[in-house]
Amino acid sequence: MRHITTKEITRTIKQMCIEANHTLSPDMKSVFETAVKEEASPLGKKILNQLEENLRIAEEDMIPICQDTGMAVVFMKVGQDVHIEGGGLTDAVNQGVREGYTEGFLRKSVVSDPIERVNTKDNTPAVIHYEIVDGDQLEITVAPKGFGSENMSRIFMLKPADGIEGVKDAILTAVKDAGPNACPPMVVGVGIGGTFEKCAFMAKHALTRNLKETSPIPYVRDLEKEMLHKINGLGIGPGGLGGTVTALAVNIETYPTHIAGLPVAVNICCHVNRHVHRVI
Amino acid sequence: MERYIEAPVSREEIKKLKAGDYVYITGTIYTARDAAHKRMQETLDRGEELPFSLQGNMIYYMGPSPAREGRPIGSAGPTTASRMDKYTPALLDLGLGAMIGKGKRSKAVIDAIVRNGSVYFAAVGGAGAILSKCIHSSEIIAYEDLGTEAVRRLEVKDLPVVVVIDSNGSNLYETAVLEYSRQ
Ligand code: SF4
Repeated sequence: MRHITTKEITRTIKQMCIEANHTLSPDMKSVFETAVKEEASPLGKKILNQLEENLRIAEEDMIPICQDTGMAVVFMKVGQDVHIEGGGLTDAVNQGVREGYTEGFLRKSVVSDPIERVNTKDNTPAVIHYEIVDGDQLEITVAPKGFGSENMSRIFMLKPADGIEGVKDAILTAVKDAGPNACPPMVVGVGIGGTFEKCAFMAKHALTRNLKETSPIPYVRDLEKEMLHKINGLGIGPGGLGGTVTALAVNIETYPTHIAGLPVAVNICCHVNRHVHRVI
Repeated sequence: MERYIEAPVSREEIKKLKAGDYVYITGTIYTARDAAHKRMQETLDRGEELPFSLQGNMIYYMGPSPAREGRPIGSAGPTTASRMDKYTPALLDLGLGAMIGKGKRSKAVIDAIVRNGSVYFAAVGGAGAILSKCIHSSEIIAYEDLGTEAVRRLEVKDLPVVVVIDSNGSNLYETAVLEYSRQ
């Protein structure tokens, strides 16, 4: 049994919220470099250069990469041999978000109720996904999610007969409909299989995977590659102003499903695909 | 084509702008997003005056992150314009000159742009840090209780935008995509 204090968890989450909003992970930066080289449209290239410059300024001057600093999504893998001391774990996570967004000059974009819409003024609550795993560690991923792209995300409950062609159509439809609204170049997270909610969860989680890695399943790896190629053939381009780089990556997760179903979720993320990972 | 224009802007000046032009804006502009548009609509419904004159002015769909000490504003990029579509035709008919945002507009908005000789610009979404450098002052002039969604008066210098829908209704989102589509 290992003891971890809520104080340490709060402090870590706070740092992660601030870091995620000012610095992208190295894999994101590296796909940007490739994108600038590959973009065929002169205006598209100009925009990609601006976005690279934007990342530099954000990091150096501590200005958030984007003014929409997102709703905080937290993936928390809790080792079953961990004992948490000093209060509730969920409270500790939300306190970290509260401190990070307040002290880090991040935008407060969360309203307390979807209909009444009163701003909570500290960006809480976070959306927290817990998973109990083996071991005595806490594995945390913080992924602030902007809503320009979140709003363009879709779930499709396909029929088994639709097969892999149906999946491809669903992904292309979602990306095409998103177009300039989702701040392309996008990162496309896809979930295939499971149940309705499991599928959406996988699509979100897929966005946090290192963009340089591919799926371990051969046919999924091929599908990721094919879809990236197809999406970049849509012509949407950087900023939606035309071009050959519409997506930076397509990350797909799969899970067993029911004999009667083929759920497909497409979670669209903009080029500000933020995720910070820490282990306590 | 590259152009430099001032805000507020005249109808003659707007007429010269063509979809695809790269434009640098200098002058005074106003911010408003979802909640501020809703309030402006309610103000108009009550027959009252809006917090700023629309004539030839530009609305930037933007809600900034908080400013650090000594800076006029935080990160300051555009938000998705289509959420304002419901309110926009009325504002255009009352004299609004231009809008700066990102993403598609409805048919009703495009019609109102053409009818009034206005223009829709896109700023690069997700470039909030670089765009904040073009904003030299920021002052809340209405709806302070809305926080980031309050109406702000901004002084900008060379704010980079692209003409997406010009006063003739040409739409860069449609034409440029066709040019690079491999489908
Ligand atoms: S979609 Fe992404 S880049 Fe665009 S405004 Fe939202 S968070 Fe920023």
